[in-house]
Amino acid sequence: MNKLLAVSPSPHVHSGESTSRLMYNVVLALIPALAVTIFYFGIGALVVTAVSIVACLAFEFLIQKYLLKVKPTISDGSALITGLLLAFNLPSNLPWWIVVIGALVSIGIGKMSFGGLGNNPFNPALVGRVFLLISFPVQMTSWPLPIQSRMAYLDAVTGATPLAIVKEGLSKGEVMSQIADKIPSHMQLFMGAVGGSLGEIAAFALLIGFVWMLITKVITWHIPVSIIATIAAFTGILWLINSETNADPIFHLLTGGVMLGAIFMATDYVTSPMHPKGMWVFGIGIGVLTVIIRVWGAYPEGVSFAILIMNAFVPLINRYMKPKRFGEVRKV
Amino acid sequence: MLKTFTKGGVHPPENKFSANAAIENLPLPKQVVIPISQHIGAPAAATVAKGDKVLVGQVIAKSSGFVSANIHSSVSGTVASLDAVLDSTGYKKPAITITVEGDEWLPEIDRSLELKKEFSFTTEEIIAKVSAAGVVGLGGATFPSHVKLSIPKGKKADVLIINGVECEPYLTSDHRLMLEKAHELMVGIEILKKALGVEHAIIGIENNKPDAISYLIKIASEYKGIEVQGLKVKYPQGGEKQLIKALINREVPSGGLPIDVGTVVHNVGTAVAVYDAVQKNKPLIERVVTITGKSLPKTGNFMVRIGTPISQLIEAAGGLPTDTGKVVNGGPMMGKALNTIDAPVTKGTSGVISFPEKEAKRVPEKPACIRCAKCVSVCPMGLEPFLLNRLSQRKIFDRLEAEKVLDCMECGSCSFVCPANLPLLDYIRLGKGEVNAIIRARKN
Repeated sequence: MNKLLAVSPSPHVHSGESTSRLMYNVVLALIPALAVTIFYFGIGALVVTAVSIVACLAFEFLIQKYLLKVKPTISDGSALITGLLLAFNLPSNLPWWIVVIGALVSIGIGKMSFGGLGNNPFNPALVGRVFLLISFPVQMTSWPLPIQSRMAYLDAVTGATPLAIVKEGLSKGEVMSQIADKIPSHMQLFMGAVGGSLGEIAAFALLIGFVWMLITKVITWHIPVSIIATIAAFTGILWLINSETNADPIFHLLTGGVMLGAIFMATDYVTSPMHPKGMWVFGIGIGVLTVIIRVWGAYPEGVSFAILIMNAFVPLINRYMKPKRFGEVRKV
Repeated sequence: MLKTFTKGGVHPPENKFSANAAIENLPLPKQVVIPISQHIGAPAAATVAKGDKVLVGQVIAKSSGFVSANIHSSVSGTVASLDAVLDSTGYKKPAITITVEGDEWLPEIDRSLELKKEFSFTTEEIIAKVSAAGVVGLGGATFPSHVKLSIPKGKKADVLIINGVECEPYLTSDHRLMLEKAHELMVGIEILKKALGVEHAIIGIENNKPDAISYLIKIASEYKGIEVQGLKVKYPQGGEKQLIKALINREVPSGGLPIDVGTVVHNVGTAVAVYDAVQKNKPLIERVVTITGKSLPKTGNFMVRIGTPISQLIEAAGGLPTDTGKVVNGGPMMGKALNTIDAPVTKGTSGVISFPEKEAKRVPEKPACIRCAKCVSVCPMGLEPFLLNRLSQRKIFDRLEAEKVLDCMECGSCSFVCPANLPLLDYIRLGKGEVNAIIRARKN
């Protein structure tokens, strides 16, 4: 028997799990929210999403091929997700060239400058989004109204987001009962018929994505649940103290980027903690910071900032919060 | 709700093709190669010379320390050579080669199939008999059994755990043994209980072997103080620490032994070998070996004399298919890939698996860790494989030690689950070796 046998250390079997399977399941999980946003924002949503995805893939390819001179890995799906998530964090009437700048910052600065997939400390899509928010504050805060701007891109009819209406009303000295009829109902918020970033509007679609990612074991529940629970608890306490100067917790959960942030942005593997204990700390931190920015900060919305700030703490969390080791008990 | 261990674990495809194949006797080979080190601890010292005639069951190499084991001839015949031979580890190891002539056994060995239930030996007599018979842990670790029976001063066991989990995919040798040697197993357990001075024994079996569970429950009712417990299927439940956690919810402390939590774990195969040694004066000269694989013409379980070439076992299964790319000695998760199928079956050989070419090779790319944390969530020891992998690559050994790399039992769950297919366990093994060397140097 002269046949040469392969010799390698154990284990000799593999689960078949792959990076691209995980990534494409995230993409699948984003499809419901994409469908909803195309339904509400029409052409604008399509243009912004397409430009963002193409630009992210192109920048990753160009940087890997010509700057880093390595084999491009755009087929692994991670740049596709960054492109989708960046678009989800932008208004649907954003000029295409601003989207391209956002993609360049996301991929170039947010991801590749740190060494590419697996090494970036901050969520690349959020790096791009926050860069645009600071650089193009006017374009980044004009929000097309749903349904009526379906057939329009740059000339879409715009209006304020529910969070901005509340923030402005409260700062003028109005109380919640006066503001109440200017903002959408909880049901409208849940179904997504409000102004806002592309992908953040429809809580139900994002929750479908969450369930999909849980079923396919792409993520665990810890980060989304800890963020949502923290925001609900914190805003709930404020609301119980004074329901005239504070919006109710369900309003807080269904508006702005809470669902998108909690389910898709904060759960980014690379920039979140490695085990449940750390995930709780991370999630609670994001929840608390979000509410602080919303209630006392200058911006009406704070999810992006909260996630980026907590991203910075992830290495510390991983370093000092260890999973419980087996056998780490008092000697019997 | 069935019991299982709490931390980590994976579910590799079970592929237990040979579960219904009754144990057959493998025909005697023409020649056996018996390594003098088939156990953990000091190699035995050969007591025969070239040209000596030996009988089945005769000692051919003597235990050379407390943690060591006797080696017996598994056949009758003439010693052909004492030489270094490629064994299943892939290294040349000293071994005794015997040319088979007939099948003559030592007269004191009771070869009848009659069940012998009664015994009146003391603890010391049992330990001496087990030690003389060269019995080692047959689950794969091959730790000399008499050492486990000799409880250190100041420690006490209150329960004996019998490992019938067989959590490795493909393997079915323990499964068949439980079905076909249930009474011998029970008497073996009685003997072990007596040696350890415990009243209570629990046999843990995963519920992918419902026939073994129900059958053993029935048989156990004829004996006193033996309980059979079905367990939820999860790898690596057959790990000593995981099995103890699953059955009696005690956690062996890091760096400790089962006796630190008042228990001792023996494999079902070991318990049967103890029965043979004590009741039948039969040393450990043969064992049940599973031969299996997806494209093998026939899979089965064979009673094989120690030292039989693995190639002969493969012949019995219809020969290696042409698409074979790898042959593994042991289970797919922890077994060793063979570089030659002429290597002998040893005391630790629980199974031989052939893998087709397409499953034999790892993906050669160099993908990135995406920090998905799946390795952390499956580690049964609560370690962080991604971190140990990195620390080992960067040779940061003090940190590696502080992160408890020595708690790793090399179950392979991390490498199994890694979506980037990173060789996590390979680097962790390297790191363990270095850390062990550093600790030894520190002690000296």
